[in-house]
Amino acid sequence: MGRYLLRRLLQLIPVFIGTTFLIYWLVWSVPGDPFAGKCGERPCPDSFVNKMTEKFKLDEPLVVQYGNYMKNLFQGDFGQTFGGREIGDIIATSYPNTLKLALVALAVEAVIGLTAGVLTGLRRNGFLDNLVLVSSLFLIALPIFVIGFVAQWLLGVQWGIVKPTVSSEMRLSELIVPGFVLGSASMAYIARLARTSIAENRRADYVRTAIAKGLPMRRVVGIHLLRNSLIPVVTLLGTDLGALMGGAIVTEGIFQVNGIGQQVYRAIITKESATVVSIVVVLVLVYLLMNLVVDLLYAALDPRIRYE
Amino acid sequence: MSDPSAASIVSTPPAEAPNEIGAPTNAGLPENARKEKPRGLLGDAWRDLRRKPLFWISAAFIVLFLLMTAFPSLFTSGDPENGNLQNSLVGPSSEAWFGYDFQGRDVFARVIHGTRASIVVSLLSVLGVLLFGGAMGIVAGYRGGWVDALLSRIADIFFGLPFVLGAIVILTTFNGSGTSNSKAEIMGLVSISLIVLGWPVVMRLMRSSVLATKEADYIVAARALGAGTGRIILKHLLPNCLAPLLVYGTILVGSYIGAEATLSFLGVGLKSPVVSWGIMINEAQSLIRVAPYLLFFPAGFLVTAVLSFVMLGEAVREALDPKLR
Repeated sequence: MGRYLLRRLLQLIPVFIGTTFLIYWLVWSVPGDPFAGKCGERPCPDSFVNKMTEKFKLDEPLVVQYGNYMKNLFQGDFGQTFGGREIGDIIATSYPNTLKLALVALAVEAVIGLTAGVLTGLRRNGFLDNLVLVSSLFLIALPIFVIGFVAQWLLGVQWGIVKPTVSSEMRLSELIVPGFVLGSASMAYIARLARTSIAENRRADYVRTAIAKGLPMRRVVGIHLLRNSLIPVVTLLGTDLGALMGGAIVTEGIFQVNGIGQQVYRAIITKESATVVSIVVVLVLVYLLMNLVVDLLYAALDPRIRYE
Repeated sequence: MSDPSAASIVSTPPAEAPNEIGAPTNAGLPENARKEKPRGLLGDAWRDLRRKPLFWISAAFIVLFLLMTAFPSLFTSGDPENGNLQNSLVGPSSEAWFGYDFQGRDVFARVIHGTRASIVVSLLSVLGVLLFGGAMGIVAGYRGGWVDALLSRIADIFFGLPFVLGAIVILTTFNGSGTSNSKAEIMGLVSISLIVLGWPVVMRLMRSSVLATKEADYIVAARALGAGTGRIILKHLLPNCLAPLLVYGTILVGSYIGAEATLSFLGVGLKSPVVSWGIMINEAQSLIRVAPYLLFFPAGFLVTAVLSFVMLGEAVREALDPKLR
């Protein structure tokens, strides 16, 4: 296990460097003039250009710039925006919001997806089974912004059940609809995965044994069947949490959540290159580490899987 | 270029079926390369597919959308780009079935003409992803060793980028507010960014199926008979690794239609002279309280298109997977 972990961590390094360098290059170097459009309708004054060139060390070769940036990053310095705001502060204020939304989405998809999956897996080919299959197909196929708009329009504007947008306090009651929208596609995948997994294990020998020795059905399903069937589902939830923590640009935009996705989108549109790079670096790191955690979780949950 | 990709999935098996039975012994000749496909599998799959209503429904919708792509004027004579401000926000009527938008443009005409952008971009991207990812996967799986390690790491780098985020960064870099790209250039850029971010998955898929078939007896036999690398790959490896790619590609067309719309909706994909569903939904966003129909018609078309391809993919997968039969 220790050696496996070490090997995986070592493998992460080139991927991390490659991805972040790619982003750094795309954001800083490819567009040519980093000051285009920074000063309104006129070209930037020389004093500004000189100052910013010095501040971001733009006259150095790209690799040196990138090296400097990484050195600062590992000392906890995310750099500053063109306006002089600390990027670390931006991340610190918006990331908790994203985490809250991600956790709500995860809870919603776990509860609804698992319930639907377990119920249909135990009784296949009924009305409920078909309903879940069809509706999950819809949820998978619908782009998230369509679901978001319809939910916002129907629940928020037309019926007035919830507020159409999320306030800055991020109350739990306001987050349920955005969480549902954000987790909708994964909810469908979870329902389908749980359904197949339960249906497969339903025929397993150990389930038959448990029934044969006279255990009540509650216990057979709750202890024997569920524990073994939910391993793939739990790992899917883990992968999903990794993706959700990457920020939800579309959902946060529709429901006006001040999360990391909104921040990075705004930074990209307003060409705040330093902010874009810093946030993307954090997101990529979170994503890669979450994938690693999921792989380890898989081995921890299922004793049949052993990494040496 | 644009239309046959999806249609070929539907139409090749029946065209081949008679030949397969007629000429199984010619399989080694160069001109019979197509017959080298896993014909039992495809033939079986086709027989299975023909009995599925889901397959016929989704295929009918796809044909309809392809017709709209090729000949939008068959369905509407309205002008999608120029409107009459007098009609601004007039609701659906017998004259304009889907009403008029803020600029007084006929929404029905716009929705029909918007099909082209979505379908062309998604088909082009899927074609690119399958060709590039597939080629990389074959090289990595067949060569192995350091080539495999290098290509896999490169794929990991692109796989590590979150999809929407990566596409936004690429598109704002090359298609930002200051650039003046033509219609075709914008569509090309969106396709390229989808390809750049999508190929690692296809590469992994292809690599694993190449690794699984590489050591098969018929490959060893072909090599023993003196076949070159190119011949082994084209004649033996490729036809036997194609099935999972076919399924993934079909479903991918659906999800790329959604992805293209998402990018256009965010304002970084296709831009206004181009008519597309994503742009229409983006424009409807601010008018949602006044004119919700502006949202529903393009969104309805979008959802139908995505669903058709996803359902077709599911049907093909079920037909191709012997375990599910």
